[in-house]
Amino acid sequence: MDCEDILCRTSLEQRISRRKFLCNTALIAAGGLAAASCAAYPTSGATSTVPITYWNLFGGGDGVRMIQMQNDFVRSHPDIKLNAVTLAWGAPYYTKLAMSASGGRPPDVGISHITRMPAYAELGFLEPFDLDMLAKAGITPDNFLPEVWQRGQYKGKLYALPLDTHPFVTYYNIDICKKAGLLGPDGDLKLIQGPTALIDALKQVKQVTRNWGLANIGPWRLFSGLYGQLGGKILSPDAKELVLDNTKAEQALSFMADLILKSKVAFPSTDYAAAIALFASQKIGFLWNGEWEVTTFQAVPNFHFNMVPFPNIFGGNQTEGDSHSFILPRQTYPDPVRRAATFTFMSFMLKDSFTWAQGGHIPAYVPVATSDAYKKLKPQSNYAGAAKDVVVDPPAWFSGSGSDFETLADAVFGAVVLGQLTPAKGIQQFRARVQRMLDTPSPTSAT
Amino acid sequence: MSLSQQQVAQAREQAQRVPRMKGTLRWRNELVGFGFVLPFLIAYALFLLWPVLLGLRMSLYNWNLAGGGTSAFLGLGNYQELFADANFWSALWHTILFTVLSTPFLVILALALALLINRTIPAKWLFRLAFFAPFVLPVTVVVLIWQWLFTPGFGLINSTLTAIGLPTVNWLTDPHVAMISVVVVTIWWTVGVNFLLYLAGLQQIPQDMYEAAAIDGAGAWSQILRITIPLLGRITTLIVILQVIASLQVFSQIYLLTTGGPDFVTRPVIQYIYETGFSSYRVGFASAASYVLFVLILVVTAGQFTLLQRQQRRGA
Repeated sequence: MDCEDILCRTSLEQRISRRKFLCNTALIAAGGLAAASCAAYPTSGATSTVPITYWNLFGGGDGVRMIQMQNDFVRSHPDIKLNAVTLAWGAPYYTKLAMSASGGRPPDVGISHITRMPAYAELGFLEPFDLDMLAKAGITPDNFLPEVWQRGQYKGKLYALPLDTHPFVTYYNIDICKKAGLLGPDGDLKLIQGPTALIDALKQVKQVTRNWGLANIGPWRLFSGLYGQLGGKILSPDAKELVLDNTKAEQALSFMADLILKSKVAFPSTDYAAAIALFASQKIGFLWNGEWEVTTFQAVPNFHFNMVPFPNIFGGNQTEGDSHSFILPRQTYPDPVRRAATFTFMSFMLKDSFTWAQGGHIPAYVPVATSDAYKKLKPQSNYAGAAKDVVVDPPAWFSGSGSDFETLADAVFGAVVLGQLTPAKGIQQFRARVQRMLDTPSPTSAT
Repeated sequence: MSLSQQQVAQAREQAQRVPRMKGTLRWRNELVGFGFVLPFLIAYALFLLWPVLLGLRMSLYNWNLAGGGTSAFLGLGNYQELFADANFWSALWHTILFTVLSTPFLVILALALALLINRTIPAKWLFRLAFFAPFVLPVTVVVLIWQWLFTPGFGLINSTLTAIGLPTVNWLTDPHVAMISVVVVTIWWTVGVNFLLYLAGLQQIPQDMYEAAAIDGAGAWSQILRITIPLLGRITTLIVILQVIASLQVFSQIYLLTTGGPDFVTRPVIQYIYETGFSSYRVGFASAASYVLFVLILVVTAGQFTLLQRQQRRGA
């Protein structure tokens, strides 16, 4: 063999030995890392504070209040380490909650709309509340209104501990309504009842603002309230049949579309952020929305607004709403110490719900709801009576706040109010889509 | 430039003269190499290959999000329901529409920008930065910016339209316009990366080609058509294929801008999969839909690849 081959082999051998060197280094590094991580792994009993994780879906005005309450809790309970996570409202929150519960390592406590609880309970994602433990933490069933407590029950056990009820209400700009002559001698809004009175009032407001009289958020919410006022039901109690009354539904939808298309008193868009911005910048006089934006509007300087219950348009005080509640996701490795800390947390939150009420919600905890402090809280206590008139979403696995049912209702009714569909066609589409959901094999029964 | 026959024969001879490694040495060499690849291979098998097979199995059952339903074997039942579901087909159509609308702009506009910037102009770095910067932003920031621009009534775009006397447009809530708005946002956001690729490609074309063409009397436009574009063929193939694959998987900007609305006219197929799988708890059904999408992307990409390769070979 000649020089070339010898050189080749030597360089080859060098390559191997360099490779060997790298190999050994990698192994040592990996071993060292493993040893270090083992040593640094904290055992659960070694820490002095109890960690609990809490997930919620409160952003905007709500979020500010919830963070305030969380800070109150952390200050008064230095022995509990609260890890609070806020996720985007709707599908982004509920899908993550479901996935985490399905994976067995969910947060210790979460928020859920009370209408979403039955589906999750049936899928096995939740654990029932131990009422004795709850009593030890100072919370008993008589601290809640019976209809609200009832909504948190599933198959005879409590799966959702109510925190509040949040109805769809009327916000109005005091200065604009004064100029439109809608305020009574006491400075409060004169009572508006019936469709004609409402449209007249809005026309007067429109003359003052030169924009529109009103913006409405959420076609589904408005429809639910109006249809509820007409006494209509959507699903049978066993969630197997569609019992929508076409005439009543058409009446409600026509009125909604009329506000934008015929009388032209309402902002012609279903954009949530735009409606909030319009009201806050005083370009419109009325806003129909959930009561949770009160903190947002209170932060605007020189803005005088008030809140009253949703008007009686079709012969009832019904309004759309839901309740936020605490739920206990099912843990694969339940820890009694963390569970006790969780109950302490929930009990504190309920007792501190005056702060939550300042964010606009009607507290479900009766001692706070009947307190003098709450009664003096304006404008939040103006609509406290609406809690008993709340119409929640029809019970079904695909329904509830933030569900596909609400999304499709918003889509169809949104198209109707913007003039893209006639009310009759809208109802047809709505019926077809809900029927398809009813015909879909329920994933909850497949467990 | 192709090598001469002589050069090829010489290279082949040289390759044969290099001594091959002896048996054990080679085996050890390969083992060590395999050892280096092993960690990635394990992660790849665990987190990509195994889930792909598991997902296929999932699509044959009425699997739900809680992990139940494993006893309800449906065979091809999910696929049958899928093909009969009008929502799936319209979601697929929206995805294809989005791809067809956005890809030409993202390719041609990127090329146009690269051609414009590849000249001797002052502050070239500023233009490169301006065109590429949007791509660096996360999707939530991009959507936030454009939601404010698109706001009905007093958003920047609508108030400009009002100022010049035109009627306002409901960019995100008008079903005829919503998809166009989404495409505009996507173009603004992602044209930068294609632009950079084209810029790099342009700078690899030797200048003497243009000089020679100029001497032969070619004008600027025919220089672009006859020299630049053919020589950018490889990069264009790459860009088009990557763009189509990415566009068929569009989700985040549509979900954040319009949530698939208004009235589901912009809902892409990935959102359909997300909603049926996670919001409606039916992961078995959603798996079926995702495999159909996978096959579609595979077919489209393979078709594109062969078509463009054939064009390339003919052109070169």
